[in-house]
Amino acid sequence: MTVAPEKPSARPAGWPVVAPPQYEGSRIPARVPTIKDVPAELQDVDDILQVNFGPNHPSTHGVLRLIVDLDGETVVGLAAVIGYLHTGFEKSIESKTWWKAITYPERIDYVGYQNAELVFVLAVEKLLGIEVPEKATWMRMLLCELNRIHSHLVYLGTSALELGAVSMFWYTFRERDLIMDLSELVAGTRMHTRYFQVGGLAEDIPQGFYPEARKFVEQMPKGLDDYLTLLDRNMIWLERTKGVGDLSARDAIALGQSGPNLRASGVDWDLRRDDPYLAYDQVEFRVPVYANGDVYDRYRVRMDEMAESVRIIRQCLDRLEQMEGEPWIADDRKVVLPPREELHTSMESLIHHFKIVTEGYRVPEGEVYAAIESPRGESGCYVVSDGGPKPWRVHFRAPSFVALEATATCMHDSLVADLIAIVGSLDSVMGDTDR
Amino acid sequence: MSWDDVPGFVSVNEAHGETTVTVERAAVRDACTYARDELGFDFLSDVVATDYLDWGARGVSGYIGTAAGRDLNLPMTQGLQNSPEAKPKRFSVSWQLLALREGAPRVRLQTWVDDGEPVPSVVSVWPTADWHEREQFDLMGIRFEGHPNLSRILLEDDWEGHPLRKDYPIGGEPVRFSDAE
Repeated sequence: MTVAPEKPSARPAGWPVVAPPQYEGSRIPARVPTIKDVPAELQDVDDILQVNFGPNHPSTHGVLRLIVDLDGETVVGLAAVIGYLHTGFEKSIESKTWWKAITYPERIDYVGYQNAELVFVLAVEKLLGIEVPEKATWMRMLLCELNRIHSHLVYLGTSALELGAVSMFWYTFRERDLIMDLSELVAGTRMHTRYFQVGGLAEDIPQGFYPEARKFVEQMPKGLDDYLTLLDRNMIWLERTKGVGDLSARDAIALGQSGPNLRASGVDWDLRRDDPYLAYDQVEFRVPVYANGDVYDRYRVRMDEMAESVRIIRQCLDRLEQMEGEPWIADDRKVVLPPREELHTSMESLIHHFKIVTEGYRVPEGEVYAAIESPRGESGCYVVSDGGPKPWRVHFRAPSFVALEATATCMHDSLVADLIAIVGSLDSVMGDTDR
Repeated sequence: MSWDDVPGFVSVNEAHGETTVTVERAAVRDACTYARDELGFDFLSDVVATDYLDWGARGVSGYIGTAAGRDLNLPMTQGLQNSPEAKPKRFSVSWQLLALREGAPRVRLQTWVDDGEPVPSVVSVWPTADWHEREQFDLMGIRFEGHPNLSRILLEDDWEGHPLRKDYPIGGEPVRFSDAE
């Protein structure tokens, strides 16, 4: 009997590693999870106060409106009203060519923009059946991990800010700025890079990127230490997060939770390891899992993930530095723009360039669903093509949308002050929620 | 994996490394329960509806001419040279399922409906379907039968029409603050 070689990041034997906690009388599916009704015995109490939380509130991470019923300080009813940022991205994409549509996904999840861009590009590549050069794959992975840190830093800074730890915000945004500087170095823009192209990357990796990225890799663990020093022994932070807003593993799966929210509930699941895309099966990293499913564990999962992302970035840099001079985009002239220098000398290149830019390339008929592990969990993209140069239908499985759905389930017997902590810990980006 | 035992099984299709199992509309909830309990697909990733109105017809996709148009389907023009495969009904509704186990198997359950035909809701199978179904109702106008609270979620409650349908024009929303007001 031959034994398959073990993946560097293979899951430990036996699954799930952490036994999923089960709560007495799971709240799922007995109640509609998105709405917490005021219990019958409280219906007649005059003291129930209905409070409108949002839509314009600094703690709502965008524009989210929650209608909260309060009995004293206790939340007894909750309904979320979303859609304030709905911009009809899915409809707009249908009128753009495949080539131009890449800019849209980044603006949907505007914090995890690089991952959002990746999932759309992967879906189109799946339909096209195009092979991506190794250098592009590793660079994509590097940028996605940088983006994961970026997203977690925004989560950490804003969540701590909302709970009163104001200085955290400046510490996290110090490292976040370094990531945006790297982004600027690579793509020319600090956010919404549009650096991933169907077939590879839009441009070659610029000179001087690797040393700068190395500097960041050195700096980031120090930053993580700073955050831990500030937060992890801070009694106020611990009191506000431990045992607050717990979600059991069973409820989390039933509610479609993914990413850090699912792993904080004790489910050992990460698409990067369990359904590898890009080259995640060739790098070594650990998948952090915590068992309590409360706000604190969601914070711990994200802290650990940042450290693991730094590890992955280091491995990507090691590989990329040996790939000097290798192609960064597929050699398929029907899909990929010809090199700029050829436009002055080759008629065919000029024609191809013109055709791709004006008409767009054709994508074979079919439907696919691509899924990746974005900073917020399973980010999916369902794409239908009729064989023309424009998408027939594009739909995004938005992890923020699903995370927000769990708010009411997390909110059992919570105080109104915990509401801020819970909504923050689910890490919804409202652009992603509303699309 | 054998798909023939899925309740309401119609056909199975493998393409781009993905499995699409088509089931009858009335049997959707049974099929989902079967997939969850017998086949182990414990995780519902997504519910998505697609409008195939004028699928493959001229001028819907790949149309880059002027309003007066040119026949894009003639050879040597830039239109669709091959008509895509015809679809059985106007809308497809798909459930993207995932099994949280080794290998991360995925399957897409799919059913076909015409305008106004209700689809059984699967909220009782996966509570996460709640918002997904509301979204597809809101934007595509698919009615999910048995949903506890089938109301608009992203658009305002008094919105007219379902914007992701192909007969809903881009830029067709009424202007609220015009000179006439």
